[in-house]
Amino acid sequence: MKIDSLILRTMVRYLFPLLLLFSVFIFLRGHNEPGGGFIAGLVASAAYALYSIASNSIEARQVLGVDTRLLIGIGLLIALCSGLPAIFAGESFLTGLWGYLSIPGVFKIEIGTPVLFDIGVFLAVMGVTLTIIFALEEVE
Amino acid sequence: MEIVLAFVIGGLYAAGIYMMLRRSLVKLLIGLALLSHAANLLIFTAARLTRAGFPIIGMDQQALELPYADPLPQALILTAIVISFGVTAFALALSYRTYKSIHTDDLDKMKTTDEADDSKETSA
Amino acid sequence: MMIALTTLSVFGAALVAPLFFRNKNKLASWLIALLPLGITIYFASLLPRAAAENPETFSFNWAREFGANFSFRADSLSLLFAMLISGVGTLVVIYAGGYLGKNPNIGRFYAWLFIFMGAMLGVALSDNLLLLFIFWELTSLSSYVLIGFEHEKESARAAALQALLVTGGGGLAMLAGIILLGQISGTLEISALLSNTSTSLSAGGTAVQSHPLFIPALILILLGAFTKSAQFPFHFWLPNAMAAPTPVSAYLHSATMVKAGVYLLARLHPILGGNDIWLYTVSGVGLITMLVGSYLSFSQTDLKRLLAYSTLGALGTMTMLIGLGTPLALKAAVVLLFAHALYKGALFLVAGAIDHETGTRDVTQLGGLFRALPITGTAAGISALSMAGLPPLFGFIAKEVVYETGLEFNPWLMAAIIFMGLSTVFVAGVVGMGPFFGKLTESPKKPHEAPLSMWLGPILLTALSLLAGFFPSGISNLIVSPAVSSVAGEAVKVKLALWHGVNTAFLLSIATVIAGILLFSIRNSLRGVLQKIEWKWGPAYFYTLSLDGMNALARAQTRFLQSGTLRNYILIIILCVTLGGGYSLFRIGGFDILPQHISDVKFYEAAIAALILGAAIAAVTSSSRLGAIAALGAAGIGVALIFLQFGAPDLAITQFAIEALTVILFVLAFYHLPKFTQLSSPRARIRDAVIALFTGALMTMLVLAAVGVHISDSISTFFVENSLPLAHGRNIVNVILVDFRGMDTMGEITVLGIAGIGVYALLKFRRKKGRE
Repeated sequence: MKIDSLILRTMVRYLFPLLLLFSVFIFLRGHNEPGGGFIAGLVASAAYALYSIASNSIEARQVLGVDTRLLIGIGLLIALCSGLPAIFAGESFLTGLWGYLSIPGVFKIEIGTPVLFDIGVFLAVMGVTLTIIFALEEVE
Repeated sequence: MEIVLAFVIGGLYAAGIYMMLRRSLVKLLIGLALLSHAANLLIFTAARLTRAGFPIIGMDQQALELPYADPLPQALILTAIVISFGVTAFALALSYRTYKSIHTDDLDKMKTTDEADDSKETSA
Repeated sequence: MMIALTTLSVFGAALVAPLFFRNKNKLASWLIALLPLGITIYFASLLPRAAAENPETFSFNWAREFGANFSFRADSLSLLFAMLISGVGTLVVIYAGGYLGKNPNIGRFYAWLFIFMGAMLGVALSDNLLLLFIFWELTSLSSYVLIGFEHEKESARAAALQALLVTGGGGLAMLAGIILLGQISGTLEISALLSNTSTSLSAGGTAVQSHPLFIPALILILLGAFTKSAQFPFHFWLPNAMAAPTPVSAYLHSATMVKAGVYLLARLHPILGGNDIWLYTVSGVGLITMLVGSYLSFSQTDLKRLLAYSTLGALGTMTMLIGLGTPLALKAAVVLLFAHALYKGALFLVAGAIDHETGTRDVTQLGGLFRALPITGTAAGISALSMAGLPPLFGFIAKEVVYETGLEFNPWLMAAIIFMGLSTVFVAGVVGMGPFFGKLTESPKKPHEAPLSMWLGPILLTALSLLAGFFPSGISNLIVSPAVSSVAGEAVKVKLALWHGVNTAFLLSIATVIAGILLFSIRNSLRGVLQKIEWKWGPAYFYTLSLDGMNALARAQTRFLQSGTLRNYILIIILCVTLGGGYSLFRIGGFDILPQHISDVKFYEAAIAALILGAAIAAVTSSSRLGAIAALGAAGIGVALIFLQFGAPDLAITQFAIEALTVILFVLAFYHLPKFTQLSSPRARIRDAVIALFTGALMTMLVLAAVGVHISDSISTFFVENSLPLAHGRNIVNVILVDFRGMDTMGEITVLGIAGIGVYALLKFRRKKGRE
């Protein structure tokens, strides 16, 4: 299915990068403000879905650069791996471990395995959604 | 507000179930989606409504201030929303595949498709 | 450690066995038999320690919450049983190499035979009742596969299923009994139960036996033992199990598996025995089985069925003896268990050899084979003498103690035992003597001596019968005495001797042998008389009846519930939910409760509610697909606004995003699907509307009732308090998802991933052109 609309295409040209940026933003603040992997994954998917409707799924796939099914696998794998450090630390699987990443005086952020887990969720949700949408678009 | 929402939930359930009982496959799909709205709202309402604060600890605070909305049902519903999206997508794909294979969306005509399919395969 | 490894190594052998037999190498069975042989020797080396009450043990904490420890203990009773399993197992492994040499499935056969052997060793050596149960059911399972080894035969499949249903069902009852026993006594470790003062009778405790749940626990455990050891009325599966290849019959259905029930009774006697229920149930059931098995063996003509019915008689005798529970009776049970395994194992293997060499197992077609099969014939003859209870064989000693036990009780019991003795002499004659002596009869195949692998087993077992008969004191000191002590729960000194002098038991025994020989001489006319009496209403009949009934019920409910119409499924589900849910709501008074903490209604909230309801109505009534999709989306947006209004921003954002994607999905999919059509009749529509409205109303009630219920402290408090200090996050919903309940989320995205791949497969792959 293809919608040939100049308005939509023009709109998407500006909206697409904005939505992607928004999804990254919403992902990063997810631990402390509304947001997180699920939501960010959905917003990013919406961005690509819009893009594919305005042009077509082949172009959208090219922009994405990664096979959507691979994205599911990578996401699940990252989520799984984020649970492993805890095992080596003698805790039970998926226990959160935290540390600091800092350049003294410049910035200091907390980083921990749950962030990694959330990245896995983000990628998996995005992979699933886009796999479904692209596949639906591509049926003849 | 609880009473109002109780009726909204009842209405959503009734609409969803009515659509799921139709013979047309496409209507069933709409019914399925309505039903998941109903279920999510049911959990949300049953776990108490409050207009008080979000379950988010302010940047300048060390603990959540009372009163706050219960975060646990929210986490449950969040996963439920995403899962029902997956279910809906799967149902849509399944319906598409079914329609392409047997060229009808009348559920009453799908009763014996297993057998018909088998005989076709063995005769081929 | 070694003891657990030994058991597990047998399972390892099961894994490699198929590879061993891939090349049809004749030496394979000899080579692989080295494992059980080595295990037997290892067990023998543990005997002195066990006799000194310092048994080898091993324990690994496996699932503490359930009290299931991976613990083994090799006391004398366990070792006696384990050595039978591995020793007879060695001979059977070698024997099967000759018996099944050309069978294409021989690798699979050995794999299952070793699985069985490992499971059986597990039963014998487990010190934990749950572990014992697992091995126990594994023996049922492997027995199922082995009985049905010739699976192209209908009768073999039916017999396999019958054995599995009876023994597996009994095993489940036993599990319930074990759990009850564990609840009563607080432990599932057998050694702890035996030494605990509140559980073991010998330690002076009766606390467990006076518990109200003791009787149910006892009966359930007995059910497990009775089904496994083919006690009346569950005996019928054993003769049918003779459909198995002969090595299996000899091993499972005579020497080892069917004795597992007897072993369990012996093992738990110090804990469960010593009361009237035990005495009357166990000895009563054993007595009946003994009589039924003995009686039915007179009329059989098939070698294996003859042996099977006489095995029933022997198993009944052992059960009865353990039920009686006096030191003498327990001694008789242990000695009989040992003697029976030796002579019956040998005779079974002989029966297989005869079948293999002549092509028939019908005793009326067999005779005069001694000249053709001298070695097999010798083994058969001597083992038959042991079975008949003639000196100087071990069977004689066993029969003497059984007779002495009978005399210790009353004349009626003695009469029953003599009847069993008569039948034993008779069967020994028919199986061990009949085929080899007398006139040579024409058989389907020209008979010649069996190969080495097939006569080695009978000869060795027979030699053991002889050896044990000549040196009973060695055996009684090393194995029998300590084994009887652990059955009795107290030290029992056993002295076995070949010659007791002339006493009542000896005279009765001689009389039995003479009468048995007389019966043997008129066997053909006796059989003719007995075969005229038909037993239609036996337990097997009820088994068939209940199996047929269950199948009919399953078919009927499948036809009713699985009509193939999706709408009926949905209707059934909805009706169950509304009726069941409505009833429980009514019962707790859910219709009376009015919400307590009702918040007021703000104007814009009412507007949102109206939007959702209106959208729902529009979705139902719309005649166009796009209209319905738009309405669906509107309803979703409304739900999102509700979330936002009542403190759930995460939900609101998610709902918005999902709603947008769902609409896209629906539009994309409906593009390929047909337009809305009105298919149902007006009557159906009204009916469905009534059902839908009724369910909706019930849901409204449910919400109102739920809001009215007082919630005790939710676990949310924990999440709220620990979110920042433990998980370094301020958004508690997100912290729950990625940290506290990370495992759930992991499962969820996995499900989602599978759904995604499923959609992809449904849409992208299609059947190959050629098949269409």
